Amino acid sequence: MKWLHKDLLDVSQLSQSEVMAIFETAGRFQELQERPVKKVPTLKGRSVILFFAEPSTRTKTSFDVAGKRLSADTFSLAKSSSSLTKGETLKDTALTLQAMAPDAIVIRHWSSGAARFLADRLDCPIINAGDGRHAHPTQALLDSFTLHQDWGDLGGKTVLILGDVAHSRVARSNVILLNKLGAKVRVCAPRTLLPPAVNQWPVEVYSDLTEASKGVDAIMCLRLQLERQQDGLLPDLREYARTYGLGERHVDVANPDVKIMHPGPMNRGVEISSDLADCADSLVLDQVSSGVVVRMALLFLYMTRKGEE
Amino acid sequence: MAKIDLIIRRANLDGKEVDVFVSKGKIEKVKTSVKTLEPGDAKVEEAFGLTLMASMTDVHVHLREPGQEYKEDIESGLRTAAWGGFSNIMCMANTKPINDDESVTNLMLSQAKKYWPKGPRLFPIGALTKGLSGKELAPMAELAKAGCAAFSNDGVPVKSTKIFRCAMEYASDWDRVVIDHCEDPYMGVAAGVNEGAVSSRLGLSAQPDMAEALQVSRDILIAEYLDLPIHLAHISCKKSVDLIRFGKERGVKVTAETAPHYLILTEDYLENEATEYDTNAKVNPPLRTKEDQQSLLDALNDGTMDCLATDHAPHAAFEKETEFDVAPCGISGLDTALSVTWQLVQDGKLNKDAFTRAWTTAPCGIFNLPVNTFKPGDPADFFLFDPDEEWVVSPETMQSKGKNTPLLGTTLKGRVKTHFIQGKKIV
Repeated sequence: MKWLHKDLLDVSQLSQSEVMAIFETAGRFQELQERPVKKVPTLKGRSVILFFAEPSTRTKTSFDVAGKRLSADTFSLAKSSSSLTKGETLKDTALTLQAMAPDAIVIRHWSSGAARFLADRLDCPIINAGDGRHAHPTQALLDSFTLHQDWGDLGGKTVLILGDVAHSRVARSNVILLNKLGAKVRVCAPRTLLPPAVNQWPVEVYSDLTEASKGVDAIMCLRLQLERQQDGLLPDLREYARTYGLGERHVDVANPDVKIMHPGPMNRGVEISSDLADCADSLVLDQVSSGVVVRMALLFLYMTRKGEE
Repeated sequence: MAKIDLIIRRANLDGKEVDVFVSKGKIEKVKTSVKTLEPGDAKVEEAFGLTLMASMTDVHVHLREPGQEYKEDIESGLRTAAWGGFSNIMCMANTKPINDDESVTNLMLSQAKKYWPKGPRLFPIGALTKGLSGKELAPMAELAKAGCAAFSNDGVPVKSTKIFRCAMEYASDWDRVVIDHCEDPYMGVAAGVNEGAVSSRLGLSAQPDMAEALQVSRDILIAEYLDLPIHLAHISCKKSVDLIRFGKERGVKVTAETAPHYLILTEDYLENEATEYDTNAKVNPPLRTKEDQQSLLDALNDGTMDCLATDHAPHAAFEKETEFDVAPCGISGLDTALSVTWQLVQDGKLNKDAFTRAWTTAPCGIFNLPVNTFKPGDPADFFLFDPDEEWVVSPETMQSKGKNTPLLGTTLKGRVKTHFIQGKKIV
């Protein structure tokens, strides 16, 4: 099988079988992670630029680890150190990166559509590590991979996405991917934090968290950006935590085996109670380790353009 | 009979083959073509096979001079107008410096006279408030005397309803109409994308249609209360159309324009595979929905929507080739307006009478500008048009410095072959 895509801009580009191919490849890399020597020479001599125009520690580190475990050379261009702060346009940055002849670019950017902007102009694969509020395909893939590891199949499961869906690229990509994999999706948030046209999305919308939690198989919490209060979208954190913070009473009405997820970094005591974050059903740390192997799989597939042998 | 100095021969005017006789810059008579004709001393323009149209008026363009001549200047803007079929152009006040002082108006008019002495005619629009700040009235008496044909705060709507009311009252003393860019000053300001299904999926900050309609309703109520005219710029949505219709039914002196891009594109363009996040379609107000589009066409046809205007907003290529959030709003429209709207007539979406009214008699009536209806004594402003000539919109085929249009690469039909203003050939 040949990998047909040049870029990964969002999960909407992928067919269900391509998602499965990514999971399979990630699964093979996961076995590797259990060995004492975790590194393979697959991408030796290839270079990956991690272009992060927005602060990120987790995603950037995850891609860095993924690249290095495949023996690729990873180079980091972060906002604080880049000419972006000196007023260079994205086009000029893109052309500069191109001139360095990387074999792939991982981009995180604060503007929706920025990954597409790069993909339209550069020859090398572009992996979207989050563009504005638009898409975060690698996060969605690692989330579904984590559930897939646990459940085998997402078909027929119900997943609740809780929190600031309006501003969340994680939510957007997850809604698409979970639907693609046959899961039912619910979203729960105050109306100010839901997209204006959420009624046209393939989701069930809830404003009451207890109702939303009934019988669900997994709950994905979203990080609440603290500036939403100043934007007039919510009164204060105390009220938000009391109404939309995930707690034991919500888990009690969910499926007894409900999985708790969070893309991180968590605001403990705001969108999720501290106890739940650490509970046995929490997959938060599994998400982190899935992140590395899913990103290894993606770098492998997009840089070699080869699928399963 | 006055001495004829120009004869247009065998042109197609509304389906009839006619000869047009021009004397001293005015229409003398229009007659059914005769086989042979003794021209005397008159110049003869053979027009067989070409369509004759009255020159159009665009009451809403941005010519960028003074201050941003890299985007457009008065020379290139008027050249684009000439080739676009326009004899009258009203240019907005958001130049650098802003047109809130007679020296700026004088500069605009002297540049126009220097480069295009025979026209297209330039009618500057003066700032409604100093610096467009919405705080103090601009010196409208001085500006009107210098040649400003109307007043507007352009893309920076006056937040204070009290100041806006005073500005309308003060402008009326100088017999000038106020043009308002209707946009709520707090909601999705200049987002350039319609709030709805597309913006929700693309994850873009967006402006709801009510942000426009709220201001439309405010303006209609003020105009009714003051019994003064108001002209609403670039109306984009059905809600506004409904309110304008309501206002007109009540006898309010409200007039309005819409732009060609709202009639041919919708928000879906921004989500199409090939044109996703195309900053050339980032425009304020934004492209709306199919329902809005149909309501604008209906309003043009039934007369609720008085005028067409391009809102020609040229930008440099590098300014648009950037992140969607960063790119400025605006579409370069003077080059394509005629072809696009004429096609709507061909497609049966826009009535021919509505087309003519919206580009000629309505805007000229509202702003008291010269207009040609091919009646004796009218200014001899007209162009010959090849309705079948196809052309591809590209940086090379566009006259404007601003190549920022979502129509780049598309094939349009209809080209101006030659254009006369007051009987003088300008291109």
